[in-house]
Amino acid sequence: MTRAPAPLAPKTKRPGVSMEAATQRRARMAEEMRQSKLIRRLITPEGAAIRLKLATAAERAGAFLIDVAIQWAIVIATLFGLSFAMSGFGEGSANIAFAFWLVFFFFVRNFYYIFFEIGQRAATPGKRALGLRVAARDGGRLTANSVLARNFIREIEIGLPFQFAMMGGDGASGWMALFGLLWSGVFLLFPIFNKDKMRVGDLIAGTWVIRTPKTKLMHDITSAPSKAETSSRFTFTTAQADAYGIHELHVLEDVLRQSTPEIKKQVAARIRVKIGWPQQSGETDLAFLEAYYATLRRRLEQRMLLGERKADKFDVR
Amino acid sequence: MSGDLLKSYRFREERQADWQKLDLILTRAENGGVKSLTDEQMLALPRLYRQAVSSLSVARSISLDQNVIAYLESLCTRAYFFVYGARTTIGERMMTFLRKDWPAAVRGAVWPTLLSALFFFGGWGLAFFLCLQDMDWYWTFHGQNFMEGRNPDATAEYLRSTIYTDGHGDGQLTAFSSFLFNNNAQIALFAFALGFAFGIPTAWLLVYNGVMIGSMYAVFWDKGLGYEFTGWLMIHGVTEIFAIILAGAAGFIIGGAVAFPGAQTRLASARSAGQKAATIAMGCVVMLIIAAILEGFGRQLINSDTARYLIAVTTGVLWMLYFYMSRKERSA
Repeated sequence: MTRAPAPLAPKTKRPGVSMEAATQRRARMAEEMRQSKLIRRLITPEGAAIRLKLATAAERAGAFLIDVAIQWAIVIATLFGLSFAMSGFGEGSANIAFAFWLVFFFFVRNFYYIFFEIGQRAATPGKRALGLRVAARDGGRLTANSVLARNFIREIEIGLPFQFAMMGGDGASGWMALFGLLWSGVFLLFPIFNKDKMRVGDLIAGTWVIRTPKTKLMHDITSAPSKAETSSRFTFTTAQADAYGIHELHVLEDVLRQSTPEIKKQVAARIRVKIGWPQQSGETDLAFLEAYYATLRRRLEQRMLLGERKADKFDVR
Repeated sequence: MSGDLLKSYRFREERQADWQKLDLILTRAENGGVKSLTDEQMLALPRLYRQAVSSLSVARSISLDQNVIAYLESLCTRAYFFVYGARTTIGERMMTFLRKDWPAAVRGAVWPTLLSALFFFGGWGLAFFLCLQDMDWYWTFHGQNFMEGRNPDATAEYLRSTIYTDGHGDGQLTAFSSFLFNNNAQIALFAFALGFAFGIPTAWLLVYNGVMIGSMYAVFWDKGLGYEFTGWLMIHGVTEIFAIILAGAAGFIIGGAVAFPGAQTRLASARSAGQKAATIAMGCVVMLIIAAILEGFGRQLINSDTARYLIAVTTGVLWMLYFYMSRKERSA
């Protein structure tokens, strides 16, 4: 039996797919690509894969600024505290207090980061605030030596450009300062120019900075109490359940978990139109969305078990 | 559709109690350290961890609840870093650093140390002999910085007075020595960090510091105060100069590893060198603290040349023994 040659796939756009939707989809895919470039797979000794998300340069800079602010707060508070305590004493003790403060300044400047990163959380307060931590690049233990190395190097990344910037001057020394600034700027901007977002210290120490945001386990939407009493009234056909894909399911999950009634109403209206579902009397938007979410997820999970991931509504197979 | 539950929901329902137990243990450990865990929790941890990891890989293939997957991702990451993370306390780390890591790192860096010493003493010798021939060189090196009157224009009497104290003004001296410590320690860390630029700035920094001391040395030598000045300088200088040289060596280790990675990749080479070098740099800070104490108190309170030489030689011998004496590896 000979098979008729398959008709060539039509090059024209599919009916029902507007230009606008296609542009949006392309933008979404590009964003996903960009995000996935920051993801690194770590295979644990158990053989399971954990996905680590690297911190962006902007997040690193933010954490650093918070840390610098804290350092200055500590140093200035100590200075005021000491000068207040010493105001009643003579010049000799003021000198000793100043000596103490100088040494203290050195330790805050150089050991603030080391003190916090050597600890269990491997993160300074600034990193912690942004949900970041330091990790060894090979997935192994973060050693004390690595923490020392990555933080001692900070001297050329921040200290050197800062010194050149302060040098200023005119004529030859001005040119020297400018040249020095450019040269040392390479160290400062190093994290922007490599795909692992490492700074020079990370490179030397064999570390990188990853995101470890704490996520809370929320209740499963399909187990919502409102479902039990109303489940009988919502019966969707397979065609209706096939209207959307995984991307829309996730958007719907976000809508159900954290949006206002107004948005829920709009979303419910759009879904009703798309799947051709007449709104019955007494049917709330929330109940409809939850019921449709459950149906859609069941359908998509079944298909996923068979190896078909329907990425989004444009993914027709 | 029938009212029965989703497979992925049943999967989660059966396991979430264990996930939350693991979450609780981790939160507690992160806040209070390993010691805040009970024995029971410590025993449960590995099992709960393995279960969470396997839940994650199953959930990825059967569940489309993105909250569950995000939660498991973050839970497993936290658990992984805890289970395979470092367990030692700060105190234990300090002890291994002092007992093993630091001397071993210094012992393993004999050639960089010699190179570093060559640059430092090269600068010293160069400045010393140039200044002896023509004292104008001193002004070339130091510019308009008068170094508290320790310059070629000063009289021998004045110079002598700067290296002995009459026991007054202790407070000021403490401030001065802590300032010197700050300065020196920052230079030492700088010498280490600059090693990344193939070690060239490190070499320059070493020569520069050598020149500074060498030219000053020439001033005193010229006035016939060489012996006394050596005592004044070396009581803490043995420790301090050794520290600066070691910091330079740490810089050269990194520079060498980045410039000539050999059979390794450049990244791997930088990493292994960086860890060794950082240990040495950390040690330099310790040495400079000791040097500052010797300088701030020892030098100001001890005015006898013989005692100063004695301390200088003792510290030198102690450092040499500490770093280079071969010791038996004690097996645990």
